[in-house]
Amino acid sequence: MSDAPIIIDPEKCKGCKLCVKACPFEALYMEDKLAVLKPEECRACSACLDSCPFDAITEPEKKGGPLDLSDYKGIWVFAEQNHGRVQEVAYELLATGRRLADDRQGELAAVILGHNVTDAAASLIAAGADKVYVVDQPVLAEYEANVYADALNQVMAKYKPEVVLAGATAVGRAFFAKAAVRARTGLTADCTALSIDGESGLLHQTRPAFGGNIMATIITPNHRPQMATVRPKVFKTAPPDPNRKGETLIEALKLVAPDTKIVRTERDLNAVNIADAEIIVAGGRGLKKGDNLEMLRKLAGLLGGVLGASRACVDAGWCSAAHQVGQTGKTVCPRIYLAFGISGAIQHLEGMRSSDTIIAVNRDANAPIFGVADLGIVGDLFEIAPRLITALETGK
Amino acid sequence: MHIIVCVKQVPDTANVRINPETNTLIREGVESIMNPFDEYALEEALKLKDEHGARVTVITMGPPQAGVILREAMARGADDAVLLTDRAIAGADTLATSYILSLAIRKLNTKPDLVLFGKQAIDGDTAQVGPGVSEFLKYPLVTYVKSLTVKDGVFTAETMMDEGVDVLEGKLPVVMTVVKEASTPRFASLGGWINAKETEIPAWGAKEIEADIAQCGLDGSPTKVVKIFAPPVKTGGKKMDGLQTPGDAVNEIVRLLKEKGGR
Repeated sequence: MSDAPIIIDPEKCKGCKLCVKACPFEALYMEDKLAVLKPEECRACSACLDSCPFDAITEPEKKGGPLDLSDYKGIWVFAEQNHGRVQEVAYELLATGRRLADDRQGELAAVILGHNVTDAAASLIAAGADKVYVVDQPVLAEYEANVYADALNQVMAKYKPEVVLAGATAVGRAFFAKAAVRARTGLTADCTALSIDGESGLLHQTRPAFGGNIMATIITPNHRPQMATVRPKVFKTAPPDPNRKGETLIEALKLVAPDTKIVRTERDLNAVNIADAEIIVAGGRGLKKGDNLEMLRKLAGLLGGVLGASRACVDAGWCSAAHQVGQTGKTVCPRIYLAFGISGAIQHLEGMRSSDTIIAVNRDANAPIFGVADLGIVGDLFEIAPRLITALETGK
Repeated sequence: MHIIVCVKQVPDTANVRINPETNTLIREGVESIMNPFDEYALEEALKLKDEHGARVTVITMGPPQAGVILREAMARGADDAVLLTDRAIAGADTLATSYILSLAIRKLNTKPDLVLFGKQAIDGDTAQVGPGVSEFLKYPLVTYVKSLTVKDGVFTAETMMDEGVDVLEGKLPVVMTVVKEASTPRFASLGGWINAKETEIPAWGAKEIEADIAQCGLDGSPTKVVKIFAPPVKTGGKKMDGLQTPGDAVNEIVRLLKEKGGR
């Protein structure tokens, strides 16, 4: 970062105050009829540049000519953590990143941001990383978009990775989009398939659009890094290898102060993370009313699973959005997925089609859910579900 | 207080299909609507207007007919609107879109206190434009907001994270993205429709907002779509008639559950 984000030429400034009015952050004031900058308040947004009729305000010259793509090397994975616990999606991305790095005959690195997180590097190396870049500072103890973007952008600018992947979580989707804009590069959201051209290093990013009715393959031909997010549970983890060797690099950075502070956190301890469930019993519109979810809840309990729901259930207020499976809810990949009264709108199927075994019960023989089901029962859920509960209760 | 709400006209995605012969979108017969998530963002702005008094401006970028959703937003209570429409800015990805929207916001020259977005648009589902605009404007970014209060230039927002809710505090101005848990959008009012009808909506192109053409539209978009295709169709596995023989169907479910380790 340069010392002064903007330069005011006192020869050209006529003291008109337009820049003071234009600044959204109160970073400019008048002194002796000249505009003066408070650098600590300035965010380099350039609003004052546009406002000055006398061209008295300029930005310091930016270095760099045209982008040389060959300067950019290696596949990176942003390893999201929450209070020191690495999110599962990071390991899923490392497994995929390993494949991409091997296809490209290059290096796989993980980047971890946080406070007291250096110890996590070992598990990232075991999961496939050749290098781990660690930014371990108190200011990163809690997630804040601008600080996270600052840290990632500084490390990216220093090492120039060819590809950077992040999980499409609440954190990843937000700050990664900010970081991509800051790097003036492309970002592709929610990829479901990634492959790399070993020769050119071009990343082929495939993702659903229009509610999952259409798949698109997207490339970022002339900008680097090529950035993409992937939803949790779309890729599978690889078994960790504790004997893998890798290098841990601690990056000491000067970071901005956070824009917001967390005044309270409400973690719902009863809330189930359906994305982590092994068995899901899910209900849809066919349940007819919210009370009937209890039957599925009981079934889920008997199977040691959790309750899932279609968007129709959540929109009807029958259960909280935490249970929602599908494109606007969570993507899940349980061992067993039981669907009762879910017709299988494409946006629901996108969120559960990679489950190992799918069992569906629906009255409509033409319901799309049967297209993905390993076992499809054309039947009345109000008959099947109680019988199944009885069978499971008495069966052992 | 000045609040800007960025809205998008989208096809009702439940009905979008692909022509398997040509691999192009079938647009005929697909209704265009205001992105549902943007309705929640608009409602947050209108709630703040009710409580504190505020000017609410809606902005959209799209073809000329996208002006319909601006009228709709004004009928619900927004004060004015800007339509960004120009061939030069069409075909933009999220970076180029964020650039154009931020220039338009700058051009209004009002130093808005809040710039609100829906959490994502249902056609692209990227959730990237709100964060992108926050970066161009250098405004703080708060995503997945489910409740919002503003007092003395400071906001308090509840945000939905993956494992629960965080309550955040910060100084205005700010860019936020809003989730549907925030509220139920209001209906349009008669007075609103009159305002919507009588207020002129300026249409701005690249020239009006002094955009650098190299950063606009397809040319200004780092990402390129190289292929679109229909998702693979699965044929499904075993199918049973549970209407005639529910007992057999249940037995088969139990057998499969045992086989797959579902106890």
